[in-house]
Amino acid sequence: MFSIGYLREENLSNIGTAGNKGADIRSDCLVTLELTEGGGLCINLESKVEALYKDSIIELAEDMLAFFEVENAKLQIEDSGALPFVLAARIEAAIKQCAQTDKEYWPELILENQYQTEKDRYRRSRLYLPGNTPKLMLNAGIHKPDGIILDLEDSVAPAKKDEAKLLVRNALRQINFYGAERMVRINQLPRGLNDLPCVVPHHVNLILVPKCETPQQVKQVDERISEIAAEKGLTYPIYLMPIIESALGVINAYQIASASERVVAMAIGLEDYTADLGTLRSKEGRESFFARSQLVNAARAAGIQAIDSVFSDVSDMEALQEVVLESKALGFDGMGCIHPRQIKVIHEFYAPSQQEIEKAQKIVQAFDEATQKGLGVVAIDSKMIDPPVVKRALRTIDLGIKSGKLPADWKSGYDN
Amino acid sequence: MTTSYEENAVGRMIPPEVNDQPAIPFKGVGKHKPAGRKYGPPIATCAEYPDDGDKRVPDLKTALVEAGLKDGMTISTHHHFRNGDLVANQVFEAASQLGVKNLTWFPSASFPCHEPITEYLEDGTIHHIEGSMNGPLGRFASQGKMRGVGVLRSHGGRYQAVQDGEVQIDIAVIAAPTADPFGNANGLTGPSACGLLGFALADSQYAHKVIVVTDNLIPFPCIPWQIHGNYVDYVVEMDKIGVPEKIVSGTTRITKSPDRLYIAELTAQFCDVVGIIRDGFSFQTGAGGTSLAISKYFGDIMRQKEIKARFARAGSNQYLVDMLEEGLIDYILDGQTFDLEGVRSMRENPNHVNTSPFTSYNYHGKGNFASMVDVVILGATEVDVNFNANVVTHSDGYLLHGIGGWQNCLFGKNVILPIPLFRDRIPIIRDEVTTICGPGELIDVIVTERGIAINPRRADLLEAVKDSDLPLKTIYQLKEEAERICGKPKSAQFEDRIIAAVKWVDGTVIDVIRQVKE
Repeated sequence: MFSIGYLREENLSNIGTAGNKGADIRSDCLVTLELTEGGGLCINLESKVEALYKDSIIELAEDMLAFFEVENAKLQIEDSGALPFVLAARIEAAIKQCAQTDKEYWPELILENQYQTEKDRYRRSRLYLPGNTPKLMLNAGIHKPDGIILDLEDSVAPAKKDEAKLLVRNALRQINFYGAERMVRINQLPRGLNDLPCVVPHHVNLILVPKCETPQQVKQVDERISEIAAEKGLTYPIYLMPIIESALGVINAYQIASASERVVAMAIGLEDYTADLGTLRSKEGRESFFARSQLVNAARAAGIQAIDSVFSDVSDMEALQEVVLESKALGFDGMGCIHPRQIKVIHEFYAPSQQEIEKAQKIVQAFDEATQKGLGVVAIDSKMIDPPVVKRALRTIDLGIKSGKLPADWKSGYDN
Repeated sequence: MTTSYEENAVGRMIPPEVNDQPAIPFKGVGKHKPAGRKYGPPIATCAEYPDDGDKRVPDLKTALVEAGLKDGMTISTHHHFRNGDLVANQVFEAASQLGVKNLTWFPSASFPCHEPITEYLEDGTIHHIEGSMNGPLGRFASQGKMRGVGVLRSHGGRYQAVQDGEVQIDIAVIAAPTADPFGNANGLTGPSACGLLGFALADSQYAHKVIVVTDNLIPFPCIPWQIHGNYVDYVVEMDKIGVPEKIVSGTTRITKSPDRLYIAELTAQFCDVVGIIRDGFSFQTGAGGTSLAISKYFGDIMRQKEIKARFARAGSNQYLVDMLEEGLIDYILDGQTFDLEGVRSMRENPNHVNTSPFTSYNYHGKGNFASMVDVVILGATEVDVNFNANVVTHSDGYLLHGIGGWQNCLFGKNVILPIPLFRDRIPIIRDEVTTICGPGELIDVIVTERGIAINPRRADLLEAVKDSDLPLKTIYQLKEEAERICGKPKSAQFEDRIIAAVKWVDGTVIDVIRQVKE
């Protein structure tokens, strides 16, 4: 007899496995659960950290089995130093392969993770973290990206999608990302809509919607988020960043960008886009020039940020620098990164250069003076400065301050 | 038994004897000052040696027999071939064949390649090891399988023990990449070139009998003679004494791990902020991936400031050699070369100098180099809230590493330990370390990816970082942060039996290691 409340269904099995083991695996575990017809619970632990944590791991496993009302089972845990929230996600995933349940075993949502982000915050870098690889998540925040992305889409193998969802949920609750904007990339719709209940209630700041082609898709995600938020009484803002990865998406870019109040930025994914065009992604990127410009235009028209594609050669920092400078020149505000080493370069070169800042300081200074004197015209050395130039200078100053290149109180000591 | 244990200066209980020799509990840094005269080997007479200088004997076994190998002797070997050593195992194979028992192996260090030695520990050829027990040998000892008690010493402590007679070497077997029939030897050339032979220096001078083993015999004279033939009794020629690719693996590269790079960068930044990196400074960073990255960042800062270092103590390798050749460093004072570039540089560049534990670390010297170094970068398996650190056991209690020069380097002016806050799930900062290898008073700074903790004893450093934007935390804050992430770890469980003693640089016992409860 299986435990009460457990309906046997077609897609359930007697044995559930989740997680990973092997020579390269660290901070993870492989959990195998076998439901038995009697004999109570039998927990078998093999752990690299047995001497230090054996009791606490067993305690966690027992607590979870009781929580999910599993009464007769063999549970095998092969642990390569998994943190408690990882162990919990793996055990839950294994249980849910064997049994139908709506229950969720939530680790504590740490206080440090309960922050909100601003709509127009700096989004120069966002670091992709494969959603089923705990070891890459743990220290991601120390590299100070503007955002981290827990990815449920392309970096997770199809067979691992369900367990990744639980790991990402637990990561959102437990990992301190030290102030980075906490983003999740859900799966392509419609599947991605089912990812939302596992993500939205856990203080996520932003959802990336991949392969977005129509404003309706954005609206669907928006509505689903609103439903969940209403149901759970969530009050924090959750933003959206659609990713345009097809010709149709490029054509619909403005409608997508303005489909919802939640949309704060729009990104482009060039691998899929160039494939859709039937061409190859080249180093110079001529084939995607139209799409990137279109994206920047659409984003600006909708009053949101434009975010560029990732650069995939993680060892070539010089090439990355060129790519960033070109991207910035096209009007992008930031780009994705796939390795922490890229963050520094991206921050450095999306930020205004020292020269740009100095020029902007002069203009803003002249603007302030003109305003004080009640003059309608701003001039430097008898050269007239147009309002858009002032606007751009103000933006450069703002970026300079946000990127740490200029003290916020620069005016107090400024002397041109 | 327990009643006669004595608490030492870092609070560890020390037995009265180790391997039937009296054990002196650690008294504090610089407190133990033995009197009397240094140990002297027996007087030799040149009349007993061949006038033509040809000391060759046919093979290693013959040499050992002629040297008078018998039960209970102390036999030394050295680790300048690191994991590529083919000699030590053959020494004990020969001893085992000769039916000799209860030897003490006194290596300057052991490596995983010495796993076969377990066989000779099991069959009674070897009674115990006095020297590092790495990997398989450490595990063997931790399981309580070694007959005697292991004794762990630093490189400097080994020299001290030889000089004050604590260890009397009966036969030293010195593997030499190049040698002549008189016994002059060096490590600069030959198929097993390893750079230098400094770890064997004490043994050549103090052992009763010295055997030089080489696979590159050249006619007299072998120049330079890093080992003087005048100390040598026998010379043995062999086909192969080392595995070159394991001697100078050349695989040590700057780490690619972003987390380790971040720690390295933070370490260099710290050194810069507190004013350590200035014209004419000196440093020792070691050869691990993180250490190499720190050297590189030091180089970047030096270039930017247009300054140079007077000397670097090493473990040399390509990165350090590049810095020497670029003019960022005046001298490399080298204890061992880690790759062929290091060997080449030592051979060709008079500013790349070979050193030994005598010059660098010896407690019985009239000073040594270690205390003159401005900044030393070291590792640790654990650090406690009093900054005591462990390098020999893991948190699960197993003995897996030797001390190397670690204890000696603690005498540097600024000692910095860049370490991750936790490895897998194992927090590095503990209430108490499993084994104390170095007292907290000598450890100044812990740099982790989640913050820097400065030893409160270093008021000067605390003052120097006051207005910086470095991520400073107390060691307690770091410990709590790790435990919030990992959970509070239990301590390893031990049996009563002591399997090894950890010596301080002066010969006193700073801690003991017990058999792991399995």
